[in-house]
Amino acid sequence: MATLATPTPAAVAGSDAKSGLWSWLATTDHKRIGTLYLWTALAFFLIGGLEAVMIRTQLARPNMGFVSAETYNQLFTMHGTTMVFLAVMPLSAAFFNFLIPLQIGARDVAFPRLNAFSYWVYLFGGILITLPILFQAAPDGGWFGYAPLSTPAYSGVAPGSSELKMNMDFWVAGLQVLGVSSLAAAFNFITTIINMRAPGMTLMRMPMFTWMSFVVQFLLILAFPPITVALVFLMMDRVFGTTFYQVAAGADPLLWQHLFWVFGHPEVYILILPAFGLVSEVLPTFSKKPLFGYNVMVYSGIMIGFLGFGVWAHHMFSVGMGAVADSIFSLMTMLIAIPTGVKIFNWIATMWSGEIRFTVPMKFAIALIAMFTIGGISGVMHSSPPADLQQTDTYFVVAHFHYVLFGGSIMGIFAGIYFYYPKITGRFLDERLGNVHFWLNFIGMNLTFFPMHFSGLLGMPRRIYTYDAGQGWDLFNLMATYGTYLLVVATAVFVWNFVRSRTRGAVAGGDPWHAATLEWSIPSPPPEYNFAKIPTIGSRYPLWDLKEPTWNADPSGHAVPSDPSDLQEETASHTAKALGIPMPYPTAKPLFTAIGLVVMFGGLLLFRDHHAVGLTILLTGAAMLIGGLYAWLTSPLE
Amino acid sequence: MASHAAAASHGAVAGHDDGHAHHHHTTTGLDHRKIAIWAFIGSECMLFASLISTYLIYKGKSLVGPFPHTEYVDAAGKVFKPILDIPVTSASTFVLLMSSLAMVLALQAVQLKGQPIPAGAGWWTRAQRSSQLWLGMTALLGATFLGFQAYEFTSFVREGLTLKTNLFGSTFFTLTGFHGAHVTVGVLWLMSLLWIDRTRGLTPKDELVVDICALYWHFVDVVWIAIFTLIYLIQ
Amino acid sequence: MSHDHKPAEHAHPSGATYLKVAAILTLITVIEVWAYYIPALVSSPLFNPSLLIMSAAKFAIVVLFYMHLKYDHKLFKALFTGPLIVATGTIFALLFLFAKITL
Repeated sequence: MATLATPTPAAVAGSDAKSGLWSWLATTDHKRIGTLYLWTALAFFLIGGLEAVMIRTQLARPNMGFVSAETYNQLFTMHGTTMVFLAVMPLSAAFFNFLIPLQIGARDVAFPRLNAFSYWVYLFGGILITLPILFQAAPDGGWFGYAPLSTPAYSGVAPGSSELKMNMDFWVAGLQVLGVSSLAAAFNFITTIINMRAPGMTLMRMPMFTWMSFVVQFLLILAFPPITVALVFLMMDRVFGTTFYQVAAGADPLLWQHLFWVFGHPEVYILILPAFGLVSEVLPTFSKKPLFGYNVMVYSGIMIGFLGFGVWAHHMFSVGMGAVADSIFSLMTMLIAIPTGVKIFNWIATMWSGEIRFTVPMKFAIALIAMFTIGGISGVMHSSPPADLQQTDTYFVVAHFHYVLFGGSIMGIFAGIYFYYPKITGRFLDERLGNVHFWLNFIGMNLTFFPMHFSGLLGMPRRIYTYDAGQGWDLFNLMATYGTYLLVVATAVFVWNFVRSRTRGAVAGGDPWHAATLEWSIPSPPPEYNFAKIPTIGSRYPLWDLKEPTWNADPSGHAVPSDPSDLQEETASHTAKALGIPMPYPTAKPLFTAIGLVVMFGGLLLFRDHHAVGLTILLTGAAMLIGGLYAWLTSPLE
Repeated sequence: MASHAAAASHGAVAGHDDGHAHHHHTTTGLDHRKIAIWAFIGSECMLFASLISTYLIYKGKSLVGPFPHTEYVDAAGKVFKPILDIPVTSASTFVLLMSSLAMVLALQAVQLKGQPIPAGAGWWTRAQRSSQLWLGMTALLGATFLGFQAYEFTSFVREGLTLKTNLFGSTFFTLTGFHGAHVTVGVLWLMSLLWIDRTRGLTPKDELVVDICALYWHFVDVVWIAIFTLIYLIQ
Repeated sequence: MSHDHKPAEHAHPSGATYLKVAAILTLITVIEVWAYYIPALVSSPLFNPSLLIMSAAKFAIVVLFYMHLKYDHKLFKALFTGPLIVATGTIFALLFLFAKITL
């Protein structure tokens, strides 16, 4: 057992590699992995945004010929797939990675190498599913891939060839790969949050972001298996000729829909809860007040997660499930609005009588409350099956989910980015540029999506690539397109700010916002080992206990005086070695194993039409996966 | 293999400041990996629930046979008897059930290592101390189960039921195939543990690693309990 | 590794208990298969429920004793029971939605 207080020379050499490409490829540091997720996810956000711009350009006016119908199908499929799986989820993952250990007083996650593996699998899976668009072979069956449309019978055959179009094959394979990434990360964070909290940090003293993330990890481990199964069935239909979704063989076309939405509905809570958590960090800080009703906020988050498994068929009110099923799912959907609404009120109460500072992160957080409420109202309208019969498959739904996903998730994530950028980089994002970004974003978002309520109720269907003039939709579509271009400008401002501030931003100390939780008690950026000394926690707001003399310890009455030496902003100059803190070795084994996994799926994609080549590649990938895993499991962590 | 034991020590990196790198504080006093395996098992519940649901949803919906419990006569007049073989599958179920017993005895043997055997102990007391015996037994019984599955699959194909034949074929082979793949992984895992036991020897310090394998193995058995009833016995 | 372990694992089943558990599991399996071959039983409405109850019993016995859930830290009970509830709920909901069972 490697139980050395002083690392061996080999380890020293490895862990001293702090810069350069290799240090990134072999990193097991949660902060670096979080940074990798952040940059990669932002890149995919831009790609997804570009797809949206092309969609909106095509729809700016009736019967435009900017793109063909086939290209349009690829665009909206990839826009949805990219935004959900490659942008928003990984942006949340960036925060899980960077923030959770810091918030709970840990030095890393429970399984650092598994953490690195999750990132690499995400990167390669994202490339696998995105690259085909360059060959006009991108997935084109919608981000929800309904069978039987996605099955061989309707996927169509490439012109002039007897081979099946591979577009949806990339989708099936890509999503399976991404599922592995999310699942691995979820097991990691569940273990981390349960088992690595600093002494004194009971579950009910954890920061809200960590709490919401904890709920999300359980949603992930329970929601991904059903979609995995649905995708396996689809893959088997496409590659091996089974009949899971073949109506002619007696299959039920609704099987896919049910399995997909059993995943799909918890998925939307996976998308929003981390943003809710970020808002719950930002609001108290800039209101100089503790979060109102912490306990209730925790319980609502848990309720939303749990109830989220019972509402999925509200995506299927038009398929004819019958009155009993419709009523049950309608009722459950209305019920879930309650814990969600509770959170809105608690946030408002947090700000009430607070000493508000309207920083950029605060603006984004407040905007989330307003925009998500609007999205929530249209959501409640969908919960009534008869009303939904008019709304479903129209732009009214598009309006709803963009209000909750853009106005909700994305704005919450921007709040988090502006709030935590100083912690990650040691510098502030420029406040003026941030304000420009915020206002352009806010106006652009509303200009894009609010008109869709109207075009939707006036009957404009989803997923059409052209529409005739004179149906009352023209003005709304034009407005939406202008809004989109405004968002392009907003995003450009943000990217400029994001890149530039890394070197030119105003320097930030350990606690630039006068916040309350543990991540602000260490230097910015944090040292490799996070905490020189693991703090002991006495309340929910340890830093306010230490730094704000007039602050009242939390009303639970169980607060214990904090130790001033827990403020560790001055320890940046020490190395882990000097402090005798063992750090995990850098290693590229997770990267290697991840490559093996993706190569396996590549082989599977080729298998149907090129048996020998496909099988060879599949086996090569398997060998890499097993070999990498074996080397990984038999080498010491630190 | 010292490195394996080192790997066995990997866990909380919320380390200690007094330089004792091997003692990792955890909030619950439990090992990370045991928490992770139970979370994994929870996730697997949903995986098999989805597969089982699909099987049950499509039960009775196949347009052509062979069928699990009833006879089928095709358009050409060929008769296919009910394809499931309950006696054979009951035997394989029993084998898997006994493998869980062997697994539990293997874990116990690892826990008891190093403790002196009481004088005059009988053969059974001594047998319980051999982790190699019980790990090997578990792997053997698991492999026997897989043998039964292979026999079943090949005889079904011979009798006219493949993945593509009908909904029953698609759902049956996929569900039991997934289960069989899980058993296979388990057998390989057991064989690795057996190898380690034969080379450097497992000690009570390795209890956790064997426990995790055991939890996985028992879960795979438990899934089969559900499958046996829902596919084979219920009609 | 954890030297500070096993506070909650004092209640440790012995080899004899494990054998008894194995015997019970075998017995239940024998009953299940035996029931399968009684045509009168098979066609009665009691057949499916009794099989489900028997296999649920086997499931519980393996989980509680072999997987040690009865003796372990309650965290593991929570980690297993939550997902089990969601999984069984999903199966029942899907069976209902596809009209394989009625309320």
